[in-house]
Amino acid sequence: MTSAIHPASFVRRHLLTCEGLKAGEINALLDLADKAAEGNRQVIKKRDVLRGRTLINLFFEASTRTQSSFELAGKRLSADVMNMNVSTSSVAKGETLIDTAMTLNAMRPDILVVRHHAAGAVELLAQKVDCSVINAGDGAHQHPTQALLDVLTIRRAKGRIAGLTVAICGDILHSRVARSNINVLNTMGARVRVVAPSTLLPAHTDRLGAEVFTDMSAGLEDADIVMMLRLQKERMQGSYVPSTREYFHFFGLDHEKLARAKPDALIMHPGPMNRGVEIASTIADHSRSVIREQVEMGVAVRMAVLEAMARLLPNH
Amino acid sequence: MRKSDPSPPPDATAFLNARLVDPASGKDEPGGLLVRGGVIADLGAHLRRNAPDGATVIDCKGHVLCPGIIDMQVFTGEPGQEHRETLKTASQAAAAGGVTSMVVMPDTQPVIDQVALVDFIQRRARDNAVVNVHIMAAMTRGLKGQDMTEIGLLQRAGAIAFTNGKASIANTRVMHNVLLYAKDFAALIAHHTEDPDLIDGAVMNAGEVATRLGLPGAHKAAETIVLERDVRLVEITGGRYHASNISCAESLAVVRAAKSRKLPVTCGISVNHLTLNENDIGPYRTFFRLRPPLRSEEDRAAMVRGIAAGDIDVIVSSHDPQDADVKRHPFAEAADGAIGLETLLAAALRLHHSGEVGLVPLLKAMTANPAKLLGLASGRLVKGAPADLIVVDLGLPWVVDKVQLKARSKNSPFDESKMQGRVLNTMVAGNLVYQYASADRS
Repeated sequence: MTSAIHPASFVRRHLLTCEGLKAGEINALLDLADKAAEGNRQVIKKRDVLRGRTLINLFFEASTRTQSSFELAGKRLSADVMNMNVSTSSVAKGETLIDTAMTLNAMRPDILVVRHHAAGAVELLAQKVDCSVINAGDGAHQHPTQALLDVLTIRRAKGRIAGLTVAICGDILHSRVARSNINVLNTMGARVRVVAPSTLLPAHTDRLGAEVFTDMSAGLEDADIVMMLRLQKERMQGSYVPSTREYFHFFGLDHEKLARAKPDALIMHPGPMNRGVEIASTIADHSRSVIREQVEMGVAVRMAVLEAMARLLPNH
Repeated sequence: MRKSDPSPPPDATAFLNARLVDPASGKDEPGGLLVRGGVIADLGAHLRRNAPDGATVIDCKGHVLCPGIIDMQVFTGEPGQEHRETLKTASQAAAAGGVTSMVVMPDTQPVIDQVALVDFIQRRARDNAVVNVHIMAAMTRGLKGQDMTEIGLLQRAGAIAFTNGKASIANTRVMHNVLLYAKDFAALIAHHTEDPDLIDGAVMNAGEVATRLGLPGAHKAAETIVLERDVRLVEITGGRYHASNISCAESLAVVRAAKSRKLPVTCGISVNHLTLNENDIGPYRTFFRLRPPLRSEEDRAAMVRGIAAGDIDVIVSSHDPQDADVKRHPFAEAADGAIGLETLLAAALRLHHSGEVGLVPLLKAMTANPAKLLGLASGRLVKGAPADLIVVDLGLPWVVDKVQLKARSKNSPFDESKMQGRVLNTMVAGNLVYQYASADRS
């Protein structure tokens, strides 16, 4: 059995949230992902873990990198992968989320990877289908595989996660990446800080397990990891922050602010970046930037999640 | 003084035989004050009769020597409406009225909502103004109440507070976000509280007088509704909030309640609303058309008690120059606003002479309180503070004559009014910028 390989393995039918994930489960996934990352660097990248299985990418919200990352992960595990860009299909014709789910369910997929603009939508969908469901981002709620790829990147670069100070900077209010990372990093024993203007901070972030800073220099002091978040353009023209210029001045990662972090601090960004808004161009290309490694680890982590889930699928 | 003391540099000025009134500490005692290098070098009873060698001596003849007035609400016409008022003419009016620091409002053309415009005002003030000019920048772009301005960068450029000028922000979400965002910079948000929909079309206070005159009135609740909303927003955001010009007893009650809950809420009032009421409009006198409108005598009396009790923090002139083109119209079609820099102190002293407000609390609302709110080093008589000082003859009688006023526009509600109390000398950063006697001669 799988538990023989991983003493505390990941045994879940769905991956919907990082809230409640145990350290053992996370470590098991990261170990699997390390192996997948190794495999992805070989000439022959394909394994037959999901041979004969069907994976549907169901994206109600446009995505380039997450969707292609899942697609590649599924294909490297030999699954039959179908991409459904729902924003241009039946939903546009008025079909409800539940009806779309039931329709797809009737096609007997094994794994559904779902992104939706409304928080909780993926969980609702998971209640209605017979297959496994992976949350690829629901509103401002959760993006579990992003947090897992982030901790994998950290673990590979630093050799550990426990005891590190991680500063998550930017639009915390609207960020599912921030929420998933706060969960996972806390579980793994890191000290989490969030850094943002008050207008981009949700209420009681401290109770989620993060120290709150509205002054970026203070928030970056002695940080091991500086994790930048994307600020959407429509939020930086006077509603939440006055302008991109002011935002970059006070909350953009530049050399001066980065100097407050530890000399070996890693720079991370889930992408896509707005150069000159939340991150200076030269910082994005800095030697300590692991932004491209994050993309590589994205495929590995998604393979690990799919592989762990495959063991629980019917007829395994 | 010991003889070994080096003789003071030529810029030293000694005020002798003064009644030193420091509203910040409440001290009111005979003494003298020495200015050197633009700051208060020393003060106290020991300097009452003795000036150091070489110092310029000003004999106060027992009159009040106190910090210069800090006027938190001054509208000018620069840039864009220079025919009404420039920074230069406003500052000359300020000096004559004992105002050593004026806070100029962003309601200009263009609106002061960008760093480059803050810089423009600073340079114009440096080159032309005879008193200190501080800038209250716009908190929404174009004062339109929608998109917040670069509060952080504007503050770094020198804006000392943020306001939406003469307009209330109607959108509660915008007000919420501005207060929340400003909190991160400890920036003061000064808000004019009048519900724009409720006052739409109104030209004076709603009540018997408006009814008799046949003019559309604005209910004072228009003011209190916005204020109550704002206090609730302060409670959830923690932003520093100043109600720029309240005018009725109900608003004062809201501010009092907020203060008793330790919220960072303060309020100001224009001297017009402390000394005039809606009856002064009489036969449609447009110089009494103000925003907020002049209220009833009951409200005026309540506001005076608010000053005496210290519940109202700041008295402003709300100096708002308007020329004849916009004032010489039927009341309902005239512009709002009245000038007031030169009459602020004299009008306020009416409350002192009537016995309603003590001299110290009265001056405090024009010196120490605004200084504290705005983070200014002036506004108090202490060693090291900027030598922004005025000598005031509390008893000197005079009649306001608009021709003599230095303001470029002449829309004073106090024209031809009898006043008691006049500024004799105004000093800004150690330089005498106004002397009553010499002005009289000229």
